Amino acid sequence: MTTLADTPAAPRRWKRPPFIANAPLRYAIYAGALIYLVVAIGSVEVNWSRAIAGMERGQAFISAFLAPDFTTRWTDIRQGLLESLTMTVISTVFGILLSIPIALGAARNIAPWPIYYVCRSIIAVSRAFQEVVIAIVFVAMFGFGPFAGAMTLAFATIGFLGKLLAEDIEDIDRGQVEAIRATGASWPQQMNYAIQPQVAPRFIGLCLYRLDINFRESAVIGIVGAGGIGATLNTALSRYDYDSAAAILLCIIAVVFIAEYSSGFIRRRFL
Amino acid sequence: MLEIDSLTMRYPTGDLALDSVSLSVERGQVIALIGPSGAGKSTLIRCVNRLVEPTFGSIRLNGQDIVAMGRTDLRRARRKMGMIFQEYALVERLSVMENVLSGQLGNVGFWRSYLRRYPQPAVDEAFRLLGRVGLDHMVDKRADALSGGQRQRVGIARALIQNPEILLVDEPTASLDPKTSRQIMRLIIELCRERGLGAIINIHDVPLAMMFVERIVGLRAGVIVYDGPPKGLTDDRLTEIYGEEDWSGTRGDGDEDEGDKPAHQKVAAAVDIPELKKVAQR
Repeated sequence: MTTLADTPAAPRRWKRPPFIANAPLRYAIYAGALIYLVVAIGSVEVNWSRAIAGMERGQAFISAFLAPDFTTRWTDIRQGLLESLTMTVISTVFGILLSIPIALGAARNIAPWPIYYVCRSIIAVSRAFQEVVIAIVFVAMFGFGPFAGAMTLAFATIGFLGKLLAEDIEDIDRGQVEAIRATGASWPQQMNYAIQPQVAPRFIGLCLYRLDINFRESAVIGIVGAGGIGATLNTALSRYDYDSAAAILLCIIAVVFIAEYSSGFIRRRFL
Repeated sequence: MLEIDSLTMRYPTGDLALDSVSLSVERGQVIALIGPSGAGKSTLIRCVNRLVEPTFGSIRLNGQDIVAMGRTDLRRARRKMGMIFQEYALVERLSVMENVLSGQLGNVGFWRSYLRRYPQPAVDEAFRLLGRVGLDHMVDKRADALSGGQRQRVGIARALIQNPEILLVDEPTASLDPKTSRQIMRLIIELCRERGLGAIINIHDVPLAMMFVERIVGLRAGVIVYDGPPKGLTDDRLTEIYGEEDWSGTRGDGDEDEGDKPAHQKVAAAVDIPELKKVAQR
């Protein structure tokens, strides 16, 4: 007569179950990944003599940063900055205005199927193309200059804000919407009373974030001819005018910093 | 006043939540709807104002069939039905006053509500109701700054500013402590009595229900298995509604000193809470 208490059971061992249950397969995958990494690193060709020669240029660039020249090309820089800021503000405002209805349509919990698909496709198209690609198309369509740039940024903003706002709307507390609906509120009233208060603080944060993304992007798309500070920067670089280029970069960094701190401040007020 | 006839609700998943439920509520009558979780209590009251679309059956409010209504008529009908929720369902980032005034959304146009310029009589009524539920010092507090009991009072004020004919109340006390639960139940019953309001109250707490209402309806798996006074709710009946369990003590017989008095008299005595008296004196 043995009971459970009599036989000291062997200690039961426990290990966390591995992610891939099949052991040979597991090791094969790990080994394969390692081999690929080694081969990939081996395949990168580095032209060391070019890199050494380039060090000098790099040094010139960095030393120019230590002595940025704001004065020589100040009028160009000022004009570029103003153009960029104008593009940024216009494109952000229009992007926000257009992204709100699209986000409402792209939120599965409040939009009917056909509208949902249309709005999701608009967002997908906007997100599928990188800003530079869109900028090239718009420059071809509207010619060089800030108008093409503003269009590009507005288009990219729609995808960005539309997607994130739609996801926020999908995550809201349904109880609050139900309660407002139960009072006999109309659809716009439900949006204003039940949805907007729940998503507004984060949406304001996203808009401010997009504002400074748009400013930074305006510097990039300027290089493909869409106006703004990017165009100024491109000119300076192609002239090997590193001290002016450094001044431009410092200006961009300063604007982004200002945007960062002020957005933090504004967001805290809306939470 | 409210006539529910063979109401059936089948969810898209195939679950039959309500199976041909018929129920009528007289003007000024308060009904407690009890039953286990998943019995269809919430579905039933959500069908009444069509937050959930019933599959079959009719719901008549003053003779008009709510199930057959189009969008505009439904909005109009919803105005006459105030709803109170378990988790309060206040809009957390709006102020107490905005939450109460949101009960008027069915009566004001979009721009008025958007600009928060409600008609003066509505604002007066909101102040009066907030005083009545004892929250007139918190008008501009944000809803998420309130305690559970306070939130439910705002929820009650929001339902009442609709000037409804019937209240649909979904587990009003399930998120509250025992004392606050009683205060809230008392307040709801009192307000119904004051205004001659009918009400359907979903409630898990059987003793609490028996303390406060004269008619109890038991729902089990979407079917009404009990409809009668609290006194008739014997152990056998409770077993029929909830399944086998030891029910001694559940009916709260020893709960109050005046156990022999009818429930509504107990309520009348119990309603005497000081903060309501204070309000009444103003």
